[in-house]
Amino acid sequence: MDQDHKKLKESSFPCEVLEKVLSFIDSHKDRSSASLVCKDWYDAERWTRSNLFIGNCYSVSPEIVARRFPKIKSVRLKGKPRFSDFNLLPQNWGANVHAWLVMFAKVYPSLEELRLKRMTVSDESLDLLARSFPGFKALSLSSCDGFTDEGLKAIATHCRNLTELDIADSVTEDIGGGWLSCFPESFTSLEILNCASLQCEVSFDALERLVSRCKALRVLQVNESINLEQLQRLLVQVPHLTRLGTGSFMQELTVRQYKDLQTAFSNCKNLQALSGLWDATSVYLPFVYGACASLTFLNLSEANLRSGELAKLLPHCTSLRRLWVIDTVGDKGLEAVGSSCPLLEELRVFPLDPYDLDNQQGVTEAGFLAVSRGCPNLKYVLYFCRKMTNDAVVTIVQNCPDFTHFRLCIMNPGEPDHLTNEPMDEAFGAVTKTCTKLRRLSVSGLLTDKAFEYIGKFAKNLETLSVAFAGSSDRGMQCVLEGCPKLRKLEIRDCLFGNAALLSGLDKYETMRSLWMSACNLTIKGCKLLAKEMPRLNVEVIQDEWSDETHANKVYVYRSVAGPRRDTPPFVLTL
Amino acid sequence: METSVATELRLGLPGRDRSEAKIISVSNKRSSSEMDDSCDPQQESVVPAQKAQVVGWPPVRSYRKNILQKKAESSSDGSAMFVKVSMDGAPYLRKIDLKFYTNYLDLLKALQSMFKCTIGVYSEREGYDGSEFAPTYEDKDGDWMLVGDVPWEMFVTSCKRMRIMKGSEARGLGCL
Repeated sequence: MDQDHKKLKESSFPCEVLEKVLSFIDSHKDRSSASLVCKDWYDAERWTRSNLFIGNCYSVSPEIVARRFPKIKSVRLKGKPRFSDFNLLPQNWGANVHAWLVMFAKVYPSLEELRLKRMTVSDESLDLLARSFPGFKALSLSSCDGFTDEGLKAIATHCRNLTELDIADSVTEDIGGGWLSCFPESFTSLEILNCASLQCEVSFDALERLVSRCKALRVLQVNESINLEQLQRLLVQVPHLTRLGTGSFMQELTVRQYKDLQTAFSNCKNLQALSGLWDATSVYLPFVYGACASLTFLNLSEANLRSGELAKLLPHCTSLRRLWVIDTVGDKGLEAVGSSCPLLEELRVFPLDPYDLDNQQGVTEAGFLAVSRGCPNLKYVLYFCRKMTNDAVVTIVQNCPDFTHFRLCIMNPGEPDHLTNEPMDEAFGAVTKTCTKLRRLSVSGLLTDKAFEYIGKFAKNLETLSVAFAGSSDRGMQCVLEGCPKLRKLEIRDCLFGNAALLSGLDKYETMRSLWMSACNLTIKGCKLLAKEMPRLNVEVIQDEWSDETHANKVYVYRSVAGPRRDTPPFVLTL
Repeated sequence: METSVATELRLGLPGRDRSEAKIISVSNKRSSSEMDDSCDPQQESVVPAQKAQVVGWPPVRSYRKNILQKKAESSSDGSAMFVKVSMDGAPYLRKIDLKFYTNYLDLLKALQSMFKCTIGVYSEREGYDGSEFAPTYEDKDGDWMLVGDVPWEMFVTSCKRMRIMKGSEARGLGCL
């Protein structure tokens, strides 16, 4: 036995071979696992990792990253907790990318890609980025804020090899359109351009010239300021687009212009995704029909279509897998979805008027049922409605048992089953019982602890759970913490869970990315206790106008190897 | 937290007593003091807590709403220009601030959203022909005009009030 042991130790792989093998592994989860095998594997892994993914920018520090990984080419970094999308986080909370960029500039001069989500990015940071990485290729800013025209100008001016510029849902109030003119005439490498969320006018001239010289352009998503005539001029330059985001449809066209647009769209034989379509109505929507056969993703969330218009459009989209609509299409429109889109895997229905609580329009359980009957491959749903029933949801998941993401938002807080007046517990019981592959769940409506018992008992693959206005006691939250082994993100608002619930998860939080609790019954004392028991967690209390010396109104808990934040603003208390 | 209260099932918002703290705005169009007594007794002038608007709920991405709000704040150059807007068939009028908008497109979009109607596209020759509704306004001279005929600035200064007419009625107003 001893001899064999010795032999094993001596005949370990030469590290070059190990590195070569590991270089084929892309998934960061697999790489993390590999790095834990032994010291040799840890070293080989760190030398061969080129893609860095950090799900919470505060879970680690730039210094630690720099020490561990010497050769990074692409970075994905996420910052603020998701509820910042709904204005629950005060301004200047943090997640500023600058310190990271300073480190990257020093340690990773051949950085090529940077993808940020929910981070604050200043013009100064964009300037630093533009000047520090000569081979820089792809910049993606999803739901970011803090930059203006000046920052984009720096990128356009200095990034000679840029292939991708994607400003997706970033908040860009002070942006002008001048940055487009800053791409030099010699610049031809752009393949992806998404500036759909810009709120200002873009220089069409500059855009047209840019598009005409970037022959490899395959994704173009313009903003609302581009009208139909301009769109046609762009389309004839790049008929090979795979993803198109149009501008506004609010323009009066001559017959000639209409025909030109129809031709332009018919020539787009490779279109897989179509979005934009602001204010598209039955008047002009038909000219896109020619491009719809190859579409797998149709985003109508800016076009307030009625059921009839949707019913006419969908039969042209024979390959559709993902559909986003506004609830103006009504249950009738969703019936059309059920009958025209048998391959559908993802449906998102957004509310036209979410804040008008007296409004009785929109979609109900009938629409969702209709879709489930016609689309058995449904895996992802985001559904905003004002009415739902337990029975409907039970039937829906029987029709579509493969849900991985089930996000149901019944818009009136604490709304019961509108036929039986009972809580919506059974609905989510059915979802968790039937959909064994469920990874993400958002619950709503009137819910007691029973709903959470179901979640804890059945949702064994659940990774993300969002809860609002629900639960009857601390036990609810406890069931989830004790029952869901793969839980990574838990976000809770306006529930009565208190310190007992919080502390029941002591052993759990280190296995999770983060916990958010706002407008619950937590006290500073309770949070301090958590912080004391679990020193490797950062327990942060955000003080706002609803908090006082005892009540902790907004609490953010996350694991970190970097210790407490060093950049907390005055209203964030680290316990 | 008393367990008896905690386990009590109620239809109101759970958790802390919300009536003072969280409500930031009450949206009830019928709470005006000019309401007469013959009104439906269920529509009281005080909105129950669960009907009021709560911060960040429903969870819809709000970056566009922020832009609109900023626009409203920045247009504080002196007086606003409120005009009454009525729509055929609607039970009550609305008021809008013309100075909040910078062009016809934005105004029409807002009207369509406010009154849940389709106004369609304006053309000089046909007006809003073919649309379900047509926006009209009364100008300084007391004449009823079709919205869109005159330049925007002229419209803003001469418009006294607006009426969204049924398309069939508005046909006669198109420029001849």
